[in-house]
Amino acid sequence: MTSSRGMIVLKRLAQAIPTLFGVIVVTFILTRALPGDPAAYFAGPAATPESIAQVRAALGLDKPLAAQFLRYVQDLATGDLGQSISTGQTVLSDIVTRLPASLELTLSALALSVAIAVPLGILAATRQGTFIDHLCRVVVTAGVSLPVFFTGLALVYVFYYQLGLAPAPIGRLDFAYISPPPVTGFFVIDALLAGDAETAGAAFGQLVLPAVTLAIFTLAPLARMTRAAMLQVLGSDFIRTARAAGLSRRQVLFSYAFRNALLPVITTFGMVFSFALGANVLVEKVFAWPGIGSYAVEALVVSDYAAVQGFVLVMAILFVVVNLLIDLSYTLIDPRVGFDG
Amino acid sequence: MDGTPQTSAPAPRASGGIGRHMLYVLRANPMTLLAFVLLTLFLVAAVLGPAIVPHDPLATNAVNALKPPSLSHWFGTDDLGRDVFSRVVVASRLDLAIALSAVALSFAAGSVLGSLAGFYGGWTDRIVSRVLDTLMAFPLFVLAMGIVAALGNSVGNIVLATAIVNLPFYARLSRTEVNIRREAGFVQAARLSGHSDISVLATQIFPNALPPMMVQISLNLGWAILNAAGLSFIGLGVRPPTPEWGIMVAEGARFIVSGEWWLALFPGAALMLAVFTFNMLGDGLRDIVDPRQRS
Amino acid sequence: MHRREFLKSSAAVVLGAGLLPLARVLPAAAAPADTIVVATGATINSLDLHRQGTNRASYQVAVNAYDRLVKFGTKTMPDGSLSYDSSVIEPDLAESWAVSDDGKTITFKLRPNAVFADGSPVTAQDVKWSLDRAVSLGGFPTTQMKAGLLEKRDQFEVVDDKTFKITLPRSSKLTLPDLAVPVPFIINSKVAKAHATAEDPWATEYLHRNTAGSGAFVVERWEPGQQLVYARNDKWTSGKLPQAKRVIMREIPSAATRRALIERGDVDLVFNIPSKDAKELKEAGKAKVVSTPIENCINVLALNENFEPFKDKRVRQAIAYAVPYEAIFKTAAYETGVPMWGAEKLEGIAWPQPSTYKQDLEKAKALLAEAGYKDGFTVPFFINLDLASWMEPTALLIQESLAKIGIKAPIEKIPGANWRTAASVEKRLPMHLDDFGGWLNYPDYYFFWAYMPGTIFNSSNYNNPEVIKLVNETLDLPVTDPAYAPNIKKVIDIVYDDVPRIPLWQPALSSAMTPKIGGYEYWFHRQPDARPLTKS
Repeated sequence: MTSSRGMIVLKRLAQAIPTLFGVIVVTFILTRALPGDPAAYFAGPAATPESIAQVRAALGLDKPLAAQFLRYVQDLATGDLGQSISTGQTVLSDIVTRLPASLELTLSALALSVAIAVPLGILAATRQGTFIDHLCRVVVTAGVSLPVFFTGLALVYVFYYQLGLAPAPIGRLDFAYISPPPVTGFFVIDALLAGDAETAGAAFGQLVLPAVTLAIFTLAPLARMTRAAMLQVLGSDFIRTARAAGLSRRQVLFSYAFRNALLPVITTFGMVFSFALGANVLVEKVFAWPGIGSYAVEALVVSDYAAVQGFVLVMAILFVVVNLLIDLSYTLIDPRVGFDG
Repeated sequence: MDGTPQTSAPAPRASGGIGRHMLYVLRANPMTLLAFVLLTLFLVAAVLGPAIVPHDPLATNAVNALKPPSLSHWFGTDDLGRDVFSRVVVASRLDLAIALSAVALSFAAGSVLGSLAGFYGGWTDRIVSRVLDTLMAFPLFVLAMGIVAALGNSVGNIVLATAIVNLPFYARLSRTEVNIRREAGFVQAARLSGHSDISVLATQIFPNALPPMMVQISLNLGWAILNAAGLSFIGLGVRPPTPEWGIMVAEGARFIVSGEWWLALFPGAALMLAVFTFNMLGDGLRDIVDPRQRS
Repeated sequence: MHRREFLKSSAAVVLGAGLLPLARVLPAAAAPADTIVVATGATINSLDLHRQGTNRASYQVAVNAYDRLVKFGTKTMPDGSLSYDSSVIEPDLAESWAVSDDGKTITFKLRPNAVFADGSPVTAQDVKWSLDRAVSLGGFPTTQMKAGLLEKRDQFEVVDDKTFKITLPRSSKLTLPDLAVPVPFIINSKVAKAHATAEDPWATEYLHRNTAGSGAFVVERWEPGQQLVYARNDKWTSGKLPQAKRVIMREIPSAATRRALIERGDVDLVFNIPSKDAKELKEAGKAKVVSTPIENCINVLALNENFEPFKDKRVRQAIAYAVPYEAIFKTAAYETGVPMWGAEKLEGIAWPQPSTYKQDLEKAKALLAEAGYKDGFTVPFFINLDLASWMEPTALLIQESLAKIGIKAPIEKIPGANWRTAASVEKRLPMHLDDFGGWLNYPDYYFFWAYMPGTIFNSSNYNNPEVIKLVNETLDLPVTDPAYAPNIKKVIDIVYDDVPRIPLWQPALSSAMTPKIGGYEYWFHRQPDARPLTKS
């Protein structure tokens, strides 16, 4: 069983290889199609055509496209993601320092979102057609209908600028604090591990508004899915049987119905994760959050090929991993489900 | 975004049934009714907008810049003294047009690709699936951003980018729907009676995929508007001075801290309401299409 | 990450933690008086100005962490604020210098007590290595050096440990000022060479991440995209020791957030704020605002002569008469800066000076008709997305006015990254807005970059033989030369008549600070100078 499961995981991983290759190709083409001339940009404000040519040669941009691609793939094979021209660091180190920030934000937001959306979905399903059902639906739909940058700006305006309740939207930590020694890369957790409640509190404070912004946006798909899945399960025969057998409403709801409704909810989770990472780009911009989303926007604007490629590649890998985890969690919840379905 | 297990739901056949069911859904779900009303409102604004607004949406007036809402300017004026109300109303045409054409494009291309993959299987399926996987491996907004940045920010490219990132939803949906039906009895019957593959696919199988796709279309319309707004926020949006909700919010955002909240709030509200309408509509359509969920 | 770098960065963290025991528990607003927090919108992408790809925002490191041979003086403006003084050149690392009679050699004597941050003395060898580096690495630094006739390594000579000589092909008034710009900063060559390799003889990798200078600060922490922390260099000998022990440059991309931060007093200074914020913060008294007109800089509407209708001077003048100057100054500049239109007549050699154009649509129409464009034409109008805060309202107002004389001008936004290629390298933008300013405060320096064929900022493809002749004659002349003023006057007359660049207004650089902050000084390089800042 274990070995076959291992095989299945390997097979699943192998399936990701063509996708990854596709991602590399698409990214390469996309970044090369960017209209900017990084050589001109980085040669500085008073550059002459000669000095721009010098920079172009230094960046290897004078070579034919195929050669550039080959060089890129070779570098990738050796783990070299190249050098970002906009931050002046290697793309790998940029991503290593910035990815935890994005993950901390995205995961906190998703955790918050699940904590609100799943109960809402269950509530709506059990009170189907009532005022509560409609209210839940309107609330979550309103959330997903708001542009995230608008929500973010509004929250900042009210809670920081007007009320002074939230800290300034200046990234992960206020100037006054030193980032905790990195263990997980998540500031709140790292600070707690270091026994520094003060810093943990500050980091948490910075995290609240962006996480809420993102959570509001991701409520709808999760709540909707929970409601739909619960409805389907509640309407199914085995629930009717369980009810008929005299099990309590609570028992039926949580030990039978919810467990079975989890599967489609988890499937949605992969989608929501993709959704959240995209929205992250905008949220990070509003809150000056030093994650990879804001990094990618900056890189895109200055045609920083290496940085954009690195970012997209990391995203793709992240996706493959998330989807793999989702597939794996399937078997945990429902052993009948295989991987091939 | 949609993931409701609809595949098992048979499409309702009788048209009288669907009409009665629709009425039932609308009555049982006032939000869907509201969505229909709002949609009508937006459509009216989109069609008649330029003819009914009180001011020229492009006319600047330096003396009258940044004035708060008043009787003559219901939503106030922007930094160039343009009437925000007129701009919000007129913008509905462009925003709806972007959303509709993007979704139509991804619907058309996605259904063709997905149906072919689902119908023929084998290599066609494998190649299409890989391409879809590749597209899905990008966070949607990031991919849209990249495409618009690469091709230049024009309305056409925003539509194209939005269409490309939405394409996998339709392709996957139609692939599944076609795939599970390609060996169905009514398909075999049609084949035996001498219909070609394409004709069977187009007339017998594909229509079954339509109902769940309608839901997707409605949800995607909302998402397309948000997508265009997000692109505007990072500077990849519609070209000025054309009024467009996203760009108005993005530009208005600069004025929130200085107290000129009306620049961002009203287009933001219109944007939200439009997306909200489409999402509610999608929800309602889902109920109409998939009666089992309302059981 | 290399092991060495890792050790260093973790050491920096420990060190930082040890040095900031108080700051850890205090909110930023109550941060100790010796720490100044500055918010900026731009990312610092290198600590080395000479490096390929170093952006503008990074030039401040060359200012704050390095010294030069000479520096500009400081003057008090009419409003009481401080500005650099382009007319005064003072000793920096050089205590004195002597110019030969023919003006072709300059000999510098280095100050005996000058030391780098590591305590080692500043020698002529360091100066030569640094200037050699500036002319060798290519790109912007090399171009900027060239403007002062500093082109080849053999122009730089070590006479002895404390004596350094520069040889020039000819005498030029631009050489000394060009040594005072951020580019020719002096590096500790012993430290740099220790990190140089065969492939990287100029230690660009090391100096990209580390400073090795004699300046007022050393960079204590640098987290690209987030913040840069300067720590005072107590061994600094080139000026009055800064009051602040630590200056934090925090990157906040949103201008609205930066404004909120200063209004709430959460930062001490916001550098380079939009004109609207400058005006409103000043009026509301919410912060101390300093606005300084940027010398030798004009925001212009540029018309590209490669584009058919603009070949005709009358068409260019027609557009100059169609521009709604007043409305632009009010809604795009928020009346910050100096109007550059509507003069009765051109006067003297003051630069920049207002043109004689003002909005007159009848005259514009007449000129267009005369040129054969009675029914107007269509021309794409380009703006730089990075500068949208002033370019967009300006462009929209111009577009609206041009429509009244029959010219359709659809606006195209170009991302900042692509702007330089399109406008300055390919010079393919028919009509666009531009904000070029010359670092060296001489009109002919501006003319050279903006009006000479082939130079980078002449995005109008302007080519007037008389202007070429006059600028070439004037560029090296001292301002006291009898031919200087008449030449400048002649060029101003010509370029304002030809108007390939229609002057709109002279922009201002504005910064907002809490009342506790003093010593803020404006610089032509438009980067924050942390050295004179004080906090009470």
